[in-house]
Amino acid sequence: MNIWIAIGVTVLGCYAVKLAGLLVPAGVLERPLVRRLAALLPVALLAALTAQQTFADGQTLVLDARGVGLAAAAVALMLRAPFLVVVGAAVVVTAGVRALGG
Amino acid sequence: MGVGTAVGLSGFAFGVTSAGSGLTLLQTCVLSLLVFTGASQFALVGALAAGGSPFTAAAGAFFLGVRNAFYGLRLSQLLALPRAVRPFAAQWVIDETAAVSLAQPTRRSARIGFLVTGLSLYVLWNLTTLLGALGAEAIGDTGAWGLDAAGPAVFLALLAPMLRTGTERMVAGLAVLLGLGLLPVLPAGVPVLVAALAAPAVLWAQGRRRGTPHDGVPHDGVSREDR
Repeated sequence: MNIWIAIGVTVLGCYAVKLAGLLVPAGVLERPLVRRLAALLPVALLAALTAQQTFADGQTLVLDARGVGLAAAAVALMLRAPFLVVVGAAVVVTAGVRALGG
Repeated sequence: MGVGTAVGLSGFAFGVTSAGSGLTLLQTCVLSLLVFTGASQFALVGALAAGGSPFTAAAGAFFLGVRNAFYGLRLSQLLALPRAVRPFAAQWVIDETAAVSLAQPTRRSARIGFLVTGLSLYVLWNLTTLLGALGAEAIGDTGAWGLDAAGPAVFLALLAPMLRTGTERMVAGLAVLLGLGLLPVLPAGVPVLVAALAAPAVLWAQGRRRGTPHDGVPHDGVSREDR
């Protein structure tokens, strides 16, 4: 049930911001400070989420195979690999480390 | 073509991640059908998997979706859609459709670009979500296959192109510290929201250092061409 509540709220919220952009008169969202904040909020959220999904197990911090997998993804990104290869590298390396008992 | 492949794979990754986070097939598909903005969907299932409350999980997804409002703002001038069409077009206002439409030279080609990109991505994203969720259910333990690393890898791939200047890197670094540092002490889901404060915090600190909080904000060229 909790999951359906979260889905419902997310559906409404995400649709509302999309529609708001199309309907709101230009100028309201054009203020430089608002624009800067809107560009930086995803950076903060994505960085925190990446870190948590890599190094968290429940409420404890851990360093396991996912960390190695993410490092592989980072290397792939630096080599300008396509999206497919980046995600694939993380998955394959994580599975590999686990298979070796890491 | 490149966009299609990338979206196809991330839809698959979303289906797998969502099923691995404990959502049912129906819940996973409803998310892709009705939310249809990838980063928000990953954020939601990630936060739910970490045990976050439905409202903190949805709040994180919502903040990631806020950027779509800015795409909509640009697109409403560019496409000049009739008011009756806007509620239907709104669902397709995402990174990819905005990028394609804004790259077109004329209004006509921008409208075609929006329609074609929106329709093809919507169909592809939902199909691959379904396949991913079915696949994850079929293989059982997604962890053994390393598929739990797909979510963070997708986030990293989305994040990397955004880290262009020192400001972005500072925000990202501070957010990581807050997100990990507060994880053991705050309820699940809350640390990510606190980490979002890294954005206003860094802007505020920069404004103070320059002594001119508003004039120091660099223009990105977007507002100029609108005038």
